[in-house]
Amino acid sequence: MSELTTPALRAEALEDLLVEQGLFAPEQLDAIIEMFNERVGPMNGARVVARAWTEPTFKARLLEDATTAIAEYAFEGGQVDKLVVVENTDEVHNVVVCTLCSCYPWAVLGLPPKWYKDPAYRSRIVREPRRVLEEFGLEIAQNKTIRVWDSSAEVRYMVLPQMPERLATADETARAAAVSRDAMIGVALVQ
Amino acid sequence: MDGIHDLGGKQGFGRVDITGGDGAFHERWEGRVFAMVQSAFGAGAFINLDHFRHTIERIDPVAYLEDGYFGRWLGALETALVEAALVEAGQISRRAARPAEPPERFERGDGPMHSGRAVESAPAFAVGQMVRTADHGKPGHTRLPSYARGRKGIIQSLHGGWVFPDTHAHGKGEQPEHLYTVRFSGEELWGADCDDGVEVCLDLFESYLEVM
Repeated sequence: MSELTTPALRAEALEDLLVEQGLFAPEQLDAIIEMFNERVGPMNGARVVARAWTEPTFKARLLEDATTAIAEYAFEGGQVDKLVVVENTDEVHNVVVCTLCSCYPWAVLGLPPKWYKDPAYRSRIVREPRRVLEEFGLEIAQNKTIRVWDSSAEVRYMVLPQMPERLATADETARAAAVSRDAMIGVALVQ
Repeated sequence: MDGIHDLGGKQGFGRVDITGGDGAFHERWEGRVFAMVQSAFGAGAFINLDHFRHTIERIDPVAYLEDGYFGRWLGALETALVEAALVEAGQISRRAARPAEPPERFERGDGPMHSGRAVESAPAFAVGQMVRTADHGKPGHTRLPSYARGRKGIIQSLHGGWVFPDTHAHGKGEQPEHLYTVRFSGEELWGADCDDGVEVCLDLFESYLEVM
């Protein structure tokens, strides 16, 4: 076979070959892609956060054992064999990375954004998190601890951001809509 | 292995490019590759998650940096398919495979895909205890990043028993161990060359740790 240089061509050639060999059918791939495009994403994590903000017993369960606390949602997508939710407070700001690959809690946040998988973020956030967060437009007070969670095993992390005052009277749907993916990774606050 | 994948603390990559790249897939082929990898587990190309991760670690280091996340998945998929004899090397154009040694062939065990396991022995460490990490670079798969080798940290929490990636990736059994979150100060990891008030938490297996 001639040299295929672009990943798009390589992927297409490989799919043709594997379908021809009967390893899987194209529809099988379509179904996986559809799930991650439509049903798996940060809207799931945002629901969890919005509920934790106003339901103290749920928040307590979430911080104690997030895997069990979110089981009732039956989120698809996987990569949450063990989920740990870490809470931002007035003393500690949390931020999540995977320096060794790009581990990420798919079932609650979907697939990671491009920057999360890039070498610049993976290399720098453990060493100079204040400077990296500033590049995201987030300045953390000098007297606040920044705690970086490097997902080096099967534990997956999600940040529970602080709720801004303005959302105290909003309904749960409006609160969830305000919770961004970046806030649950820890590179942004909820505005 | 001290591979290019072990990026924590490496310098010279410049600013984080935060523009674009939202959504699950950024180009059509990325979704196809993602779904093919998922399906390749069922087809036996990838034996377990740790084997998959180690296959990514073995791709050409230049390709690792150049090809992006799903490009790395594609390289690993091509490598694994050839190594599992599901396709012949001549049938695909492999950019990424760079086998320095003959590939290890082994079968998937009968354990579940979920990696949590009961461990009979009591955990060796308790929350609040100070430990030191091992100071070695093993040639195979490991989940002790190089930046945290030979460093002092505090046990932050216990996670029970988990499949040990260092053996599991190489077909040497699950050999589950206790897993701990260990908290390190920025100064301990980076010396003076670190932002103030930084802590880094890592999830580390018991055999990576020793008593202080």
